[in-house]
Amino acid sequence: MRKFRLIASVAALAATFVLPFAVSAQQLTVSAAASLTDAFKELGPRFEAARPGSTLRFNFAASGALLQQIAQGAPVDVFASADQATMNRANDQKLIDADTRRNFVTNSLVLIEPAQGGAGIRSLQDLGNAAVKKIAIGKVATVPVGAYTRQVLDGARLWEPLEPKFVQADSVRQVLDYVGRGEVDAGFVYSTDATIAGDKVKVVATPTGHTPVSYPVAVIADSRQKALARDFTVFLAGDEAQAVFKRYGFGKP
Amino acid sequence: MTNSLLQLSQTTDWHPLWLSLQVAGVATLLALAAGVALGWLFARRPFPGSGVAEAVCMLPLVLPPTVIGYGILVMAGRRSPLGAWLRQHFDYTIIFSWHGAVVASAVVALPLVLKSASAAFAGVDRSLEAAASTLRQSPWSVFWRVTLPLAWPGILAGTLLAFARAMGEFGASLMVAGSIPGQTQTLSMAIYDEVQAGHDDRALLLVLVTSVISVLVLVVSNRFFSLR
Repeated sequence: MRKFRLIASVAALAATFVLPFAVSAQQLTVSAAASLTDAFKELGPRFEAARPGSTLRFNFAASGALLQQIAQGAPVDVFASADQATMNRANDQKLIDADTRRNFVTNSLVLIEPAQGGAGIRSLQDLGNAAVKKIAIGKVATVPVGAYTRQVLDGARLWEPLEPKFVQADSVRQVLDYVGRGEVDAGFVYSTDATIAGDKVKVVATPTGHTPVSYPVAVIADSRQKALARDFTVFLAGDEAQAVFKRYGFGKP
Repeated sequence: MTNSLLQLSQTTDWHPLWLSLQVAGVATLLALAAGVALGWLFARRPFPGSGVAEAVCMLPLVLPPTVIGYGILVMAGRRSPLGAWLRQHFDYTIIFSWHGAVVASAVVALPLVLKSASAAFAGVDRSLEAAASTLRQSPWSVFWRVTLPLAWPGILAGTLLAFARAMGEFGASLMVAGSIPGQTQTLSMAIYDEVQAGHDDRALLLVLVTSVISVLVLVVSNRFFSLR
């Protein structure tokens, strides 16, 4: 009896490892830029409803970090990046099916400060004031919003003077969190993120001087669900998804 | 391979290494002071609830680093009573400064000193302390000249472990101090940043350096443990 129980419990434990594989017959893993978190979480159930039997799994982080995961072999089916540069790197490393690549939304860069207790910033130049001690930006190498910020500040010749004040965050949502908590005096995020944060942050300016914030999506070359993945990329460009994106403040591709 | 590593080490920014040593050093001293004081208190002067108090002090050993980091943010951030008071009166904050990294590292290192100190003090022969008292030594003098020297090897072993732990601290200090190159980017954070950016060779070099230091510390610490 003892031996039977031991075998039964080991078998049950082993089953918990195997079962997820059985269920994943129609599972799609989507790695998406952090700024797409809320819109994609709303679109997920809609896509699953339109394709019964399919499940979507999302993985949100900075586009550069996601690319690293894919390059190291993470089992991802679709990659949605917040800038063309990261998708270009994915293409150069032969990680995507280039013919599935399409742009699906646009966004804009904004300068924000905490809603309460802010330093009263009105423009980019105000960032140089002594009252502004810390500015949150995305890590330039891995976070697209950081790259756009660098373009803007380089163009305004403010990057070097402001460099001692930067706190470099791992994703745009972390920048948003720092500003929302009041731990920094200013930050650069997308307008859609500022909307999500509601009354915790205040948009101060919408700087220009960066390449258009255009989000591409593509199917990963090693994906095992190519048909479903392609369906998803088409879905993102369709009317239903575009209406949802518009509600969150994204622009047309 | 050693040639290319040497070449790489010349172009590497070694600031994270010095910062790690600095942060870990200060944090270990803080943990040592608090750990010895609390260890003696729990071993020698048990009070109602001291078991619970000791368990609370040991919590950072088992809590996820993100919980510790969040706890420090909540207690010392701008929106907290303490943080707001410090900002207002001294224009001082630990958030996003190396002081924050020290606080986070000290919190996670404390349990290691505390446990070792508590065990070391409990192991000191009371009759020796009693003998010292009969020779008209004040309680303070008994502590410094009898108790502490006898407990020292155990305390030192725990302190070295605490130093190694503080050197490797990542999660909590990342949340509290951020990873600002030149200011708060310690060795573990530098490795994380290099891996994320895809610079595997630099990451490997930093990993080798961190590993060598940690192993050295553990080997020396082992020596002190076996002295007991």
